[in-house]
Amino acid sequence: MTERKIRVLVGKPGLDGHDRGAKTIAAVLRDHGMEVIYTGLHQTPDMIAETALQEDVDVVGLSILSGAHMTLFPRIKKELEKRGMGHVLLTGGGIISKEDMQTLHEQGFARLFGPGTPTEEIATWIVAEMKKRWANEGVQR
Amino acid sequence: MSDTRIKSNVRALDPRAVWESACAGAETRESSFTTLSGAPLAPLYGPADAALDPERDLGYPGQFPFTRGVHPTMYRGRLWTMRQFAGFGSAQQTNERFKFLLAHGQTGLSTAFDFPTLMGYDSDHERSEGEVGQVGVAISSLADMETLFDGIPMGEVSTSMTINGPAPILLAFYIAAGENQGVDAKQLRGTVQNDILKEYQAQHAWIVPAEPALRMITDVFGYCARKVPQWNTVSISGYHIREAGSTAAQELAFTLANGMEYVRRGIAAGLDIDQFAPRLSFFFDAHLDFFEEVAKFRAARRIWARKMRDVFGAKDPKSWMLRFHTQTAGVSLTAQQPENNIVRTALEAFSAVLGGTQSLHTNSMDETLALPTEKAVKIALRTQQIIAEETEVAHVIDPLAGSYFVEAQTNRLEQEAERYFAEIEKRGGVVAATESGYIQREIHRSALAYQLAVERGEKKVVGVNTYVEEGDGPEIEILRIDPEVERDQHARLAKLRKSRDAKKAQSELDAIRAACRTNENLLERFVSAAHAYCTLGEIADVLRAEFGEYEEPKIL
Repeated sequence: MTERKIRVLVGKPGLDGHDRGAKTIAAVLRDHGMEVIYTGLHQTPDMIAETALQEDVDVVGLSILSGAHMTLFPRIKKELEKRGMGHVLLTGGGIISKEDMQTLHEQGFARLFGPGTPTEEIATWIVAEMKKRWANEGVQR
Repeated sequence: MSDTRIKSNVRALDPRAVWESACAGAETRESSFTTLSGAPLAPLYGPADAALDPERDLGYPGQFPFTRGVHPTMYRGRLWTMRQFAGFGSAQQTNERFKFLLAHGQTGLSTAFDFPTLMGYDSDHERSEGEVGQVGVAISSLADMETLFDGIPMGEVSTSMTINGPAPILLAFYIAAGENQGVDAKQLRGTVQNDILKEYQAQHAWIVPAEPALRMITDVFGYCARKVPQWNTVSISGYHIREAGSTAAQELAFTLANGMEYVRRGIAAGLDIDQFAPRLSFFFDAHLDFFEEVAKFRAARRIWARKMRDVFGAKDPKSWMLRFHTQTAGVSLTAQQPENNIVRTALEAFSAVLGGTQSLHTNSMDETLALPTEKAVKIALRTQQIIAEETEVAHVIDPLAGSYFVEAQTNRLEQEAERYFAEIEKRGGVVAATESGYIQREIHRSALAYQLAVERGEKKVVGVNTYVEEGDGPEIEILRIDPEVERDQHARLAKLRKSRDAKKAQSELDAIRAACRTNENLLERFVSAAHAYCTLGEIADVLRAEFGEYEEPKIL
């Protein structure tokens, strides 16, 4: 059996145009051997969830620097659940205060990253999380 | 006798050879040294590295090629304009922040709009949800613009508006608000960013595709030349290109390439270059590499002057002058140990001043976390005031000229920009090079290279990869936008739509639709529609229907 690759959707929800971080992380995750789908800018929650479903991803990583995360993130989660994608590893980053990170974590976001986080740390974390999940599911890694 | 002997002995030793042998094999901190942008650096610069003809390449302040500055007296005559970018929440909240800044000695206003406004959506559009008032002020109609400038004499302040896709519409709101204050458009002073090319390349807030967007830009040139003569019709911006991750050379090259495209479009639209070129202005980033930044500002002036006079044939010296605004580098700020950002900003601001900027925004220490608080904004403004009033650096024009190093860097950046101009030309011009994603890919590549250099420890960031402190550090106060702002905006818009003359508003929108299909000046139509209280979203919807929407090329 060939090694299963982690499939990641990097999404830019909302009207926010800051994509330096999203593109950087997409490139780095690809270099770590993951299959990365980058949505491009200005995505609605609906569009992101639909792409996640079509691409059958394991991980959804959201990047947002516009301050609209408390509206958009929970909605994306809901749209994913509606499509039977509630199991994906949900993560993200951007300008998000510690309180908001805590609230979103309680709502089911596994982990959110702030400015200055090394991309290596994010990649390593995703690999470790997926390993755990697949071990639990009995999927060969 | 003995003196002569000593001198000839020294000469015989050749000081350069002595220095080189002293350095050879000596231990250095790094194996190689580069600028922040990755350009190689020699340990020492001398006359051979800074080849130039002072008459031809430097000239005098206020004279071609303006390397030394655009005004004969520079800051002896008047200090740069201290212009802090501000905007959040409702028009009324931002109006209060504007008044606060003016009361503390700020000399010009600069407006930040929220994402719905930047993308041409009203606050009550479904795509606006959660974004209203978050990163700037929400302006959906002339009524909001009137509130924004309530009690501020529009004939006396100069106002900058950071808006691009819907720039002509917001400018129309501003002109109409002025008229309603009794101020003739001829008295209005300020700048509208109106630089759509760098939106496609870096900042990413747009409405329609390049061709109709460029047509609207030349409509602004034409209208303002006739009716708003003191207005800067475009602020050709490298800031966002740099913040998106470009090098200093790329920032310089892509910005000036965009500027030249606007000039070509203006000429193609039948405008006289000397009618519109004097109102073109620029906007650059001031990053942390002090000497590279000063050199960039100097190179920008020299390149622009040469292109405008020698390539485009402009006759008016005002058309040759590159006047620019500067903002310190937001990307250089860290969420870790945020007070350190005050120092970074001060160093960056210093390079902008020694580079001869016309106006300056200094970032606040808390901007990697949220919009700045009043206290943080005041420290940022005071930073400029300390440079201006206490350091005495404003008394001498272009003080770094003649430094072998700075002149060498200025020459290098000019050469690198020329190489990019040739490459862009080869790719069919700047619009084609943007639509194919070439420019975006170049920026992305530089951003990635820098990030990886930081992660390998080759580029240092205090608090992030060196001098790191464990723990969360001090909590700093954060400005939060009340969700009430969004609800209030909905109510305001509902009221506006009910109270205005609906038939008149509709006929204005119809007139815009008709104008889209001819050569009629669209800004003229937008001003008329503004007075009828047509909203931003309604006008932008007509543009979307007539011209379509821009789609970004995939580069990843």
